[in-house]
Amino acid sequence: MTWAETDVQALHRKADRRRRLGRFGLYTAAITFAFVAAFPFSWALISMFKQSSDLYVKGNNPFWYNEPPTLEHIELLFAETNYLTFLRNTVIVGLAVTTITLVLALPVAYALARLRLRWGERMGIAIFLVYLIPSTLLFIPMTRVITNLGLQETLWSLIVVYPTITIPISAWLLMGFFKGIPMDIEEQAMVDGQSRIGAIIRVVLPLMFPGIVAVIVFAFTISATEFIYALSFNKSSAVKTMATGVPTELIRGDVFFWQSLQAAVIIFAVPIALIFNAFLDRFITGFTMGAVKG
Amino acid sequence: MTSVAGASRRRYLADNPRFLAGLFMSPAVVYILALVGFPFVLAIIYSFTDISTGNPDLDFVGWDTFARVLEDPVFRQALWNTFWFAIVANLIVVVLATALAEVLTRDFKGKWLVRFLVLLPWVAPVSLATITWLWTLDSIFSPIDWGLRELGLITENMYWLGRPELARLSVVVVQAWRVVPLAAVIVMAGLIAIPSEINDAVSVDGAGTWRKMFQVTIPLLAPIIAVAVLFGVILTISDMSVVYVLTRGGPTNSTQVLSTWAFIKGIEGGALGQGAAVALFLLPVLVGITAVVLRLARRREVL
Repeated sequence: MTWAETDVQALHRKADRRRRLGRFGLYTAAITFAFVAAFPFSWALISMFKQSSDLYVKGNNPFWYNEPPTLEHIELLFAETNYLTFLRNTVIVGLAVTTITLVLALPVAYALARLRLRWGERMGIAIFLVYLIPSTLLFIPMTRVITNLGLQETLWSLIVVYPTITIPISAWLLMGFFKGIPMDIEEQAMVDGQSRIGAIIRVVLPLMFPGIVAVIVFAFTISATEFIYALSFNKSSAVKTMATGVPTELIRGDVFFWQSLQAAVIIFAVPIALIFNAFLDRFITGFTMGAVKG
Repeated sequence: MTSVAGASRRRYLADNPRFLAGLFMSPAVVYILALVGFPFVLAIIYSFTDISTGNPDLDFVGWDTFARVLEDPVFRQALWNTFWFAIVANLIVVVLATALAEVLTRDFKGKWLVRFLVLLPWVAPVSLATITWLWTLDSIFSPIDWGLRELGLITENMYWLGRPELARLSVVVVQAWRVVPLAAVIVMAGLIAIPSEINDAVSVDGAGTWRKMFQVTIPLLAPIIAVAVLFGVILTISDMSVVYVLTRGGPTNSTQVLSTWAFIKGIEGGALGQGAAVALFLLPVLVGITAVVLRLARRREVL
């Protein structure tokens, strides 16, 4: 064995060790991140099935079922609270807001992505700026506007106001998706005798379908998550949404209600997270495409 | 004859880009102007009046409303908290989000599960996600306290949300916890955009992982990290749900922020003018951040 060979082998071993160390570091980091991110949710998930005689004993291991798990607190949540009302309201508002958003944002996105307008780029930036104005800045005058329109304590207040949040961001996303569809397809349809609107409806929109579904998910999630407007406009439980109903009515200082409360969170938050997660890559594509010059 | 001419004129109009642009944009523009532009102007007008729910007339009082707001020590605490919470939380966010983005761009077993769990804090509705923290930081049954007790580190509970310093720390941690995933996703988009030739060239030149990270990756990523942080700052300074659900601004207003204070003054207390004035203190920061974002976006051409 020559001197050079052993040296090469040693180098290989060193590289190997380094690679294994790298894998180890990667897994450690991934698991740590996942653990910290999920910790409060896992505690909520464990708690929702615990019996009170187990949960409310200070010395008990909180991560272990010292007594058999139970569904009684989940039954209580559905039978004796307004949880289903909140859920229904959230879905109604979400569907209405998503519809308004699509109807208003699709044409804007098309115009900005396709019509080669002189002020198109400036308009795109303006849309982006509107998205950066937080509801915190507007909620007090907005509450007056809603009261003057006679919409306070109705779901209409949220249906009317949420599109102000969802339209800018959805227009931006849709703009990105439009840019992803080759112009030729539409021009070909127009050469074949379709009007521009006809080409849009019959040729472009079907191709936009995946993007439109992504925007539906995005707009619905935003409207289901919004807090400050919902808290300001609607105070009676019949018109509260999940985001406000659960924190204002199910957090009870006087009685221990923690299992049902955590169940209320998990049952709603986890499905939303799963759906959103499934669409994440599409959102990223839309956002980055929106910023690309068309 | 005339009907054919009419139809072709309609057709001509519908194919004219400028007409079409007006037709397509105006509904959304009118909607946004009416429901964002108008309230925005109202917010500024309100701040110079003493309007309240009991007295809804617009009587201009000059800078009086601002003076009254500023006199209040709770307001000053809220102003201070808003900016400190945002700064500290986003310092944590920069470090963790960059690291998380590095992790999520690699391939490993069980990646989809890790990604789902890691994104959970951002994707779950904030006001609901914060409820899981409320329970995690409970004064009696906190599992963190249980762990610390079992380890023999504490004998008495911590009362995370009951003591001013710990309550502030809790708010900062929860804010950072929920913003890291979003920032990581933004940074990830930037990481993917770095041409692999650059990475290969650096590796061929013999740079190690750390040198590559600090001398190549991070400088290239700086603009996108900045964008991520600016989004993080906007999210944290304008958010109300974390503080509202965790502490309601307590104990004794020690975690009060501008958003919760505006809500307490303007909606719960009915002092619309003062509430609007409190919220308006966010505006200079937002304008500054927006200017920086736009400049960065222009330089990179990509957000």
